Amino acid sequence: MRSLSCDVAVIGSGPAGLAAAYGARERGAEKVLVVERGGELGGILPQCIHNGFGLEIFKEDLTGPEYATRWMRRACDADVEFLTETMVLEIGESRTLVATNERQGLMCIRAEALVLTMGCRERPRGALAIPGSRPAGIYTAGTAQRLINIEGYMPGERFVILGSGDIGMIMARHLVLEGAHVAGMFEILPHVSGLRRNLVQCILDFDIPLHLSATVTEVRGRQRVESLMVSEVDGEGCPLPETEREVPCDTLLLSVGLIPENELSRQAGIPIDPVTGGPYVDEDNATRVPGIYAAGNVVHVYDLVDQVTRSALRAGRRAADHVRRGPEPAGRRIAVEAGENVRHVVPQHVHPQALEQHPFTLEFRVRAPLECAVYARVHADGETLVSRRLRYARPSEMIAVTLKPDLASRIAEAETLKVACAHA
Amino acid sequence: MAERREFICITCPVGCTLQAVVEGDELIDVEGAGCRRGIEFVREELTDPRRTLTTTVQVEGGTLPLVPVRSEAPLPKEHLLEVARALREVVLSAPVAQHQVVLEDALGSGVDIITSRGIPREDSNTLG
Repeated sequence: MRSLSCDVAVIGSGPAGLAAAYGARERGAEKVLVVERGGELGGILPQCIHNGFGLEIFKEDLTGPEYATRWMRRACDADVEFLTETMVLEIGESRTLVATNERQGLMCIRAEALVLTMGCRERPRGALAIPGSRPAGIYTAGTAQRLINIEGYMPGERFVILGSGDIGMIMARHLVLEGAHVAGMFEILPHVSGLRRNLVQCILDFDIPLHLSATVTEVRGRQRVESLMVSEVDGEGCPLPETEREVPCDTLLLSVGLIPENELSRQAGIPIDPVTGGPYVDEDNATRVPGIYAAGNVVHVYDLVDQVTRSALRAGRRAADHVRRGPEPAGRRIAVEAGENVRHVVPQHVHPQALEQHPFTLEFRVRAPLECAVYARVHADGETLVSRRLRYARPSEMIAVTLKPDLASRIAEAETLKVACAHA
Repeated sequence: MAERREFICITCPVGCTLQAVVEGDELIDVEGAGCRRGIEFVREELTDPRRTLTTTVQVEGGTLPLVPVRSEAPLPKEHLLEVARALREVVLSAPVAQHQVVLEDALGSGVDIITSRGIPREDSNTLG
């Protein structure tokens, strides 16, 4: 079996992989290798042809392909090496990857440090349990996006979109621009799950019928989707039978959430947070296995690519530090917990002594939307460390609170940190 | 007659809800803007609403059958569908360069449509 070795190996070349590799090189790792299963770099970005990328990092409104090009150039200029059309099959002992491709067959790649940047997947129909037949014409929004934007194939004429995630809203607009008909978007929650700017420029601008607190209750059709039964739902999300009606269409797109892709991490025994679906990480994006870091949507699903890039730069730099300095002394670790109205927090644990060196950012999502002034607070054993006033809090928008090094002495002895977000 | 109208600002991902008092297309007052750009946004929505158009254009002889394109600047909102329709008729030959002009001065708007990536020729062997 062919054998390769490198300082830092990165799995996946999406925005997180490109930034992690660049960050590792910039911090002095000699040989940085990115392993990509596709034929092209950039992950999902080449098919995200809409704009809205890079507003935070470049202060410019870029499309997905433009954002990808910038980071590909940075990585290439930094002499990052790439192995495309190569699938990682296993993360073995001591950070050795088993991978394969058509040209070279099986290979093992030994790395001093590893960064996991496999991104996420769309939640499929099977996870929804919609009753009815199993005809052709049901796609996740991202699959339809790939067919339409990359492969040049229009998968239907009359569409219904279930769920109101960002990809679903963006596809609704694009279908109209491409001359297809969008019969409606149905969202089981009483609010859209994607960004509000997409609600305006994708749904309202194009007069797409948006039905909140409503869902698809049955798929009808034998060979191909012929119609859907849709219903309004009550406060618990249960369909109200008296509101059921039929909507003729030939294609159903699903935009019902993203799930971090962690088959490799699980199989390698990296502990996974059941709430986020991603590895437990610390303030430096280190997983609980020494020398293995994780960043971007593989950890938890971000709203914006700029945030993915930032987390991956941090992970890549720490991976390079690990190579140069060897494993850091373990140090005391404290848990970061989700308190009132918080669904999850990343990182899930932090090392108090590390706060003396650099600030930590705690990223979290709220459970329920609060459309009024709220406080995001971080408590250490019940004592308030940070209190940040926000004008609102929505599950669709990640909130970040930074702990500065001047708080280091106050968490030095703490047992736990707890993040809460409630009315002012 | 002054009336109250609600806008959601799309300038950045925050998406502020803006309560505006307008008279015709004149802006009298705005509340709820997190920054200055929100006020500008409402003013433009009232007089000349614009959006960036992104779609794809066909490519012959390339590694991929399509190239993504964008308007170099936001286009008047009412022209989006018509420009998209015009772009369905455009066919480019590979190789296509990034930021190559695909349609000049789209429908007399003064805005060019440009590619957002390059597409190499089918027989070439280039990464990304």
